[in-house]
Amino acid sequence: MSFLLVQALSGLATAATLFLVSSGLTIVFGVTRIVNFAHGSFYMVGAYAGWSLIERFGGTPAGFWGSVAAAALAMGVLGAAMEIGLLRRLYRSPELFQLLGTFGVVLVVQDLTAWAWGPEDLLGRRAPGLKGSIDILDQPFPLYDLVLIGLGPLVLGLLWLLFNRTRWGTLVRAATQDREMTSALGVDPARLFTGVLFLGCALAGLGGALQVPRESVTLQMDMAIVVEAFVVVVVGGMGSLTGAFLASLLIGQLQAFGILVFPQITLVIVFLFMAVVLVLRPHGLLGRAEEVPPTAPATVTVPLSAGRHAGPWALALLALLAAAPLVAGDYALILLTEVVILALFAASLHLLIGLGGLVSFGHAAWFGLGAYGSALLVKHLGAPMPLALAGAPVLAGLGALVAGWFCVRRSGLYFAMLTLAFAQIVWSIAFQWYAVTGGDNGILGVWPPAWAAGKATYYWLTLGLCGGALWLLRRAAFAPFGYALRAGRDSGLRAESVGIDVRRFQWMAFVLAGTAAGLAGGLYAFAKGSVFPTLLAVPQSVDALVMVLMGGIQTVAGPLAGALVFHLLESEVMSLTDWWRLVLGLIIVALVLVFPKGIVGFLSGIRRRA
Amino acid sequence: MSEPLLTVDGLQAWYGRAHILDGIALTVGRGEVVALMGRNGAGKTTTLKAIMGLVERRAATLRFDGRDLSALPAHRIARLGVGYVPEDRRIFADLTVEENLEVGRQPPRPGAPAWTPEKLFALFPNLAEMRGRRGTRMSGGEQQMLTLARTLMGNPSLLLLDEPSEGLAPLIVKQMAEAVRRLKAEGLSVLLSEQSLSFASWVADRACVIETGRPRWTGPMTELMADDGVRAAYLAV
Repeated sequence: MSFLLVQALSGLATAATLFLVSSGLTIVFGVTRIVNFAHGSFYMVGAYAGWSLIERFGGTPAGFWGSVAAAALAMGVLGAAMEIGLLRRLYRSPELFQLLGTFGVVLVVQDLTAWAWGPEDLLGRRAPGLKGSIDILDQPFPLYDLVLIGLGPLVLGLLWLLFNRTRWGTLVRAATQDREMTSALGVDPARLFTGVLFLGCALAGLGGALQVPRESVTLQMDMAIVVEAFVVVVVGGMGSLTGAFLASLLIGQLQAFGILVFPQITLVIVFLFMAVVLVLRPHGLLGRAEEVPPTAPATVTVPLSAGRHAGPWALALLALLAAAPLVAGDYALILLTEVVILALFAASLHLLIGLGGLVSFGHAAWFGLGAYGSALLVKHLGAPMPLALAGAPVLAGLGALVAGWFCVRRSGLYFAMLTLAFAQIVWSIAFQWYAVTGGDNGILGVWPPAWAAGKATYYWLTLGLCGGALWLLRRAAFAPFGYALRAGRDSGLRAESVGIDVRRFQWMAFVLAGTAAGLAGGLYAFAKGSVFPTLLAVPQSVDALVMVLMGGIQTVAGPLAGALVFHLLESEVMSLTDWWRLVLGLIIVALVLVFPKGIVGFLSGIRRRA
Repeated sequence: MSEPLLTVDGLQAWYGRAHILDGIALTVGRGEVVALMGRNGAGKTTTLKAIMGLVERRAATLRFDGRDLSALPAHRIARLGVGYVPEDRRIFADLTVEENLEVGRQPPRPGAPAWTPEKLFALFPNLAEMRGRRGTRMSGGEQQMLTLARTLMGNPSLLLLDEPSEGLAPLIVKQMAEAVRRLKAEGLSVLLSEQSLSFASWVADRACVIETGRPRWTGPMTELMADDGVRAAYLAV
């Protein structure tokens, strides 16, 4: 009994931190309609800054709490700077650009933090005066956690007062509803939004700095917390503070007791919970069924066209690629093999984004599922390569069939969050189910048999399979299936009124894209000889998005060009520096701000103007 | 004669690539009520939005109270004393009546009547009874009154009033006209867009008639009421 109580209390302490961070995220989303991926970075840097300050001044209670406050304020200032430098230019962009742009910031901040504080985990000192524990029903419980538990409701109350009892709060709520009208009444929305980012990021920084006495400060805490905060915000209802509070409490308890019941799948429980909540209450626990946030008028200014000479060009390109082994060495062939695989991966995502208008933030799930499918068939069943390769798209397609049923129920940001959740579920399984997947050691020794072991042979095999899959995807894009998908993208309501079951087409597209990505994953496993959970992780999903974005969303050829450029950048430029995250992050931010139409879109834009 | 409070000349405006206004010209004198008239789609709403800086626009002259507005964003224009009342009653539905008024509040300004919630509640008695009510639970007429009251909280010297009588019950239309007259008596200048000739004739001193984004006729309201030819050409449906 007493043990359960203590477990519940420690769940409450977790919930308090989770609420601090997710309240900031939900406030920023409520006002700016941007899901700020970099929110976790402010939490992480807040923890690092807090650690440094506490090491220096944290010997006394005043010094400790002053350090925490200073770290929070510093994160607020950084957040305001990010609003002015980046977010302000993204308010009218499609959500893909907002998610990617802020993810670019995540990468940049990771490297800058590693540069400033070093790669080692840091252990902070405990809070002076709160080092001990008290007995609760004969079970010891840390005093500091008790303080945290009280802090959650306190912050909720203060935020409520701020938004409901001050002029600033009233203006923010007004701007949340109608930005233009608010500015017509003499309020400068830009300054208001800068203030909101200050507040949101300060809350993240506060949550981070408060963690210093509880756990070590690491370079991984940004992604870990932001994904959890996404879940909290989505479960609570995006933009709802009370909802975030409630969701934090529920998820805190879920984690505290989940670890007792299913220690193997603690990570999965949270995401399953989110998926269930979203199916039962599509707008979250306390979210309101308001209209889908008006993101930019779809970026589609130039309709996708089949291109008059696409066929001959594609054949010429295929012939050229097929002839590559005559001149290229082994290294170049390995590189080309990977480019071809990634091109299929990117093209499968492009099917969802470009045709369906469905921004998936977890497309790596199907790529990784394909890779793991092949690897598991080889490792546990001793399957020959052709069978293992055939299993990859099947497993990925089945996974996408299940996940897609949930995901296509929602559009826009909720769709992105749901796909992210499913990718995290698959990732958690690969990461935690040691006995079968090998956890983070991965599965090694997934090599092609002797007949396909030659670099040229495997390259030709890859080219043939990917080329065929790409041709099918392209066929689908210009078949009635593709038209129906595009109709649903441009106007779901109108498409339905002419008899198109939009949701069913989106589901089919989701499965098709997942299957294609799975094939790419299977080929990738044999090309690399091994699989790791990173193949399913968020950065892999982002890589695919960057390839699509680099190539340009509005062209079918875009993903191919994007895959080529991206992979060359990755293997030839970024491998030369330890700071590849910084480079990649800056590339992403630049892409989002300067070349929103991608490489191919940019080139054809020039051609059209000429 | 002193400079008019608002001078607009050669006003062009766009929605994306669509060219909506092409050379609108008009003036509003101090203490004057001017009706901007024209058929549906003539560009009345866009003219008001363009003055307010809410659409992409360019103008040969866009002066208010001696200041050039053409490079200013909406919130700066509002702070100079231009009050904008949209046609579609964009009240903040999640905010109470009092909070809606608070959003509009700006410091008092010399040469313009100064408003407080109490003064506005006296002008619009209906609103006084629902101070704590949220915008979602108000009728169309009440919302229209609140939109006007909210803009007045900014103590404007010029009011841009977009289609004040649209979609309102006849009794409320009368109250609206009465309110506009009271505001004129307080010293406010008003530029209102209107399709209803009767509403305009009750409140306006002058009329400015536009069609397909171009100015067509301007003169005293009484003259417009007497000129069947102009009315038939540009206003009759």
